[in-house]
Amino acid sequence: MNSILLQFLELVLALALAPVLTGWVNQCRAWLQNRSAPPLLQPYYQIVKLFEKDVVLAHHASSLFRSAPYFIFAAMALAATIVPTLSTDLPFGPAADAIALVGIFALARVFIALAGMDIGTAFGTLGARREMLVGFLAEPALLMVFFTASLISHSTSLATIVETLAHRELVIYPSMAFAGVAFTMVSLAENARVPVDNPTTHLELTMIHEAMILEYSGRHLALIEWAAALKMYAYSCLGLALFFPWGIPEGAKFASLAIGLPSLLIKLAIGGFLLALIETLSAKMRIFRAPEFLGTAFMLAVLGMLVHLLLETGK
Amino acid sequence: MNSYYGQIINLLAAGLLLLSFAMLGQRRILSLINLFMAQGAVLCASTAIVAFVTGQNHLYWSALITLLLKVLLLPAILHRLIRRLNIKWDVETLINIPTTMLIGIVLVIFSFNLALPISELAGTVTRSTLGIAMAAVLLAFLMMITRSKAVPQVIGFLSMENGLFFAATSATYGMPMVVELGIALDVLVGMVILGVFFFQIRERFDSLDIRHLEQLKED
Repeated sequence: MNSILLQFLELVLALALAPVLTGWVNQCRAWLQNRSAPPLLQPYYQIVKLFEKDVVLAHHASSLFRSAPYFIFAAMALAATIVPTLSTDLPFGPAADAIALVGIFALARVFIALAGMDIGTAFGTLGARREMLVGFLAEPALLMVFFTASLISHSTSLATIVETLAHRELVIYPSMAFAGVAFTMVSLAENARVPVDNPTTHLELTMIHEAMILEYSGRHLALIEWAAALKMYAYSCLGLALFFPWGIPEGAKFASLAIGLPSLLIKLAIGGFLLALIETLSAKMRIFRAPEFLGTAFMLAVLGMLVHLLLETGK
Repeated sequence: MNSYYGQIINLLAAGLLLLSFAMLGQRRILSLINLFMAQGAVLCASTAIVAFVTGQNHLYWSALITLLLKVLLLPAILHRLIRRLNIKWDVETLINIPTTMLIGIVLVIFSFNLALPISELAGTVTRSTLGIAMAAVLLAFLMMITRSKAVPQVIGFLSMENGLFFAATSATYGMPMVVELGIALDVLVGMVILGVFFFQIRERFDSLDIRHLEQLKED
């Protein structure tokens, strides 16, 4: 019973915190770039405003275009609930492991790309193609990162990985350093962040994510923006679970929330600041550099596995 | 407690490998020198820890030489050289960088496989890092092969020496003091001679592209 309640709490927390995290990153970015920052809750205001507006649909829009935002939102909400943040004993945990999580992200990507192509405008198609290019390069790298963690904990279940990494005696894993760098690169690419895509641009030649959702308006757009925030939240929690798992409570006890919740908030705040720092320090790459960037991420993840086999086994 | 030192050495070895790959994929010459400096620093730290764990006092001297030579002196000379030669542009590579990286992974797998039986025979605390040392040597080799300009090649050469030094520390707790001093002097003298060479090559061809050297042969 406790675990079901905790699972529900985790979902609510994800839905509530995701826009705040986006707002926090935007705020940090503004501070670092010497601009006056928007309020922390700005993404909420935008989502509420968009929900109040009417939907404008193109004449050729099919049912796929109309249903895609719901699928994307559902996929991202599900992904955010699979990642252990408040407890490692979640009812959804056994249902989906790390590989299924990659699949859920891929499902959302397919829907958003199809919706981008559905209207038939040039921008939507362009964005969808670029998104698929980035996606098909980022996915294997993400899987390799998970495999490195799985080699250490002998399981692809995220809960087991977190338990192994956080609650055993302290061991330094050099392979996780490689995997960490790779994961950072992949999550920058997957969340349409600066070296690969610029989340604030609407300049036709450079946008990827924004190009796909250009035709959306009203509640559809609100759902997609919320889903994008959820995706970033899910990736941040995933990074925290894999590389900084200390503080995630084991088992399902409400008493442990007293440590788990503040540590999660602090870690997310630091992570968001670091993301803003990376975005401020790096310039956007040309789209043709993206394969090289993600190829490097893949290579680092593979190296992590190799280093694990060399250094951390047979002792 | 000893196992923690072993883990830190392993972490530093992994860092060395990471830096080797970063150098392989680096396009800018200034960053290349900074990476070389970082590699020297990692090498110095790992040597000092090995010295502390094993109580081999002469390794402290090696670490000190590494610090002075590879972290301070050589990067300073290189920085001075590229300022004098006025070269800051991107480094030209003969093969594109993703392919180089893939070849690099194959080299890493090769050297890990090669080192596995050797490190099983060894009894040192650092035995498992031998594969990484060999990989660093081979990656530096690859870097020398794939670069067409003289300065990155020299950095590749110096980085190869780093790998060799690391291999010596991890396999046998370092070479005798005389040999190490000799190598350090060799590297320094080599650097000075190559520095003179850079100017000569540029004066002759107006470029540091060593492919021009092929024109020198007699018909």
